[in-house]
Amino acid sequence: MDLCFLNINITSYVADPLSHEFMRKALLMSSLVAAVCGFLSSYLTLKGWALMGDAVSHSVMPGVVVAYALGLPFSLGAFIFGVGSVALIGFVKQKSRVKEDTVIGLVFTGFFALGIVLVSKIKSNIDLHSILFGSPLGISLSDVKQTVFISLLVVILLSVFRKDLILYCFDPRHAKTVGINVLFLHYLLLTCLSLAAVVGLQSVGIVLVVAMLITPGATAYLLTDKFDNMTIISVISAIISSVFGIYLSFWFDLETGGSIVLVQTFMFLFAFLFAPRYGIFKLKKFFSKY
Amino acid sequence: MDKHNYKSYRIEAENICVDYHGKVALYDANLRLKAGQICGLVGMNGAGKTTFFNALTGFVNISKGKIRINGESLRIAQKYQAIAYVPQSEGIDSQFPVSVWDVVMMGRYGSMNILRSPRESDIQAVKDAIDRVDLMELSSTPIGNLSGGQRKRTFLARAIAQRASILLLDEPFAGVDIRTEKLISELFIQFKNEGKTILLSTHDMIHVREFCDLVLLINKTVVAYGETSEVFTPENITSTFGGMSPDVLLGPES
Repeated sequence: MDLCFLNINITSYVADPLSHEFMRKALLMSSLVAAVCGFLSSYLTLKGWALMGDAVSHSVMPGVVVAYALGLPFSLGAFIFGVGSVALIGFVKQKSRVKEDTVIGLVFTGFFALGIVLVSKIKSNIDLHSILFGSPLGISLSDVKQTVFISLLVVILLSVFRKDLILYCFDPRHAKTVGINVLFLHYLLLTCLSLAAVVGLQSVGIVLVVAMLITPGATAYLLTDKFDNMTIISVISAIISSVFGIYLSFWFDLETGGSIVLVQTFMFLFAFLFAPRYGIFKLKKFFSKY
Repeated sequence: MDKHNYKSYRIEAENICVDYHGKVALYDANLRLKAGQICGLVGMNGAGKTTFFNALTGFVNISKGKIRINGESLRIAQKYQAIAYVPQSEGIDSQFPVSVWDVVMMGRYGSMNILRSPRESDIQAVKDAIDRVDLMELSSTPIGNLSGGQRKRTFLARAIAQRASILLLDEPFAGVDIRTEKLISELFIQFKNEGKTILLSTHDMIHVREFCDLVLLINKTVVAYGETSEVFTPENITSTFGGMSPDVLLGPES
């Protein structure tokens, strides 16, 4: 009797949210965004671009605001400011004696502050809260179109140049030696990073988008020694986190972006503790004893 | 006549200078190597050995001077994959999730299509290269699970698969097991007979005497260059290493 009650309850827990149009859309779009960010994150974690990801994702803020104000696609503004911030970081680093991590921190907080000031000054219907913390439950139709377009673009670019990008992350000197255009690959990865940051911020917001770009890759890195598997695990863990995070936020009335990232963090923690080869408890050894 | 002269040199570096953000790393360096020559690059840490390699691979731009590879510009040489670079162990991320096969296949990328999808000939070249360094049974192993020597052989195989006429090796003997050391020295003899040109940096003076026809002693610039028997003298070594006694460097036997 009790069991039967529980059974009905669980089904309704899973199915009820799906009866809402906004929930279906949020689940679909967030899964797409998570898949794209997860795909990219295996490159970023191996390249060691976590801090760069943080910088770019914060720096796109003024671009998003200006684009909204001018009625342009927000991805265009974000892209210009994302790549611009990296160019500026490179320039300041080269022309001054300040260390690189200081320059990165300095440039992206500057851009971020500019974005916040612009939001308060430009009278428009931009909701600061939804940019900072994401609003997967309130994605508009035009946003959906842009997100799908950008996601496809990033996936196609990463797939076509997949082997070159792996080589670029692994051994750029060899790439250069055999006549591969390393500078192009550098900016290609940077472009994908900016674009992924733009779609990711709708889901979890600017503040947390870097987690979408590094955590799935880091989790997958602990679980495999093959790049292909790493990408697959990364994408799957990102999608699961997104879906589960949205459900959690629905059930317990939590901030959606925060709960998505928190699920990702728990997945990393689980891999960190129990990964067969690289976890601290090394489950494989544990099992092989018995 | 002049053209013919150019052709006879594999590597020709003329008065090259490299500086990083205003700091001079290498100046007025000259080097000429022909086919089948093995040259040792000897100098202290920070003397510009890696910078020299970087200049020859085009990884850094030279601020002055001229580099010709097989009589052509560096860009053309890159297109033909004329130069292969074998990095020192610290120069690569050994935990990167790629297998021996993947790494050796990277040697073929320069001649593949944009998607880098291997042709039958590429697969054969990779197989042959892995076979020559005796890693066939480990070809699907991730490089993170290899020993230092096995990893070194993997990168050598990549250079072989690339079919380059010039090999640049950064510390090929550092941290390798005896079996790998023997295999590398055998390969050197084969490469020499195939007419490949080899430039290798090393800390080990015994290796220089053993393999190198020529030696290039550098300390930000060329201290001495020529036949090993003539140039590799205690006086030259002392001045290369900034006044340190060659006894310390060479051991009691010299």
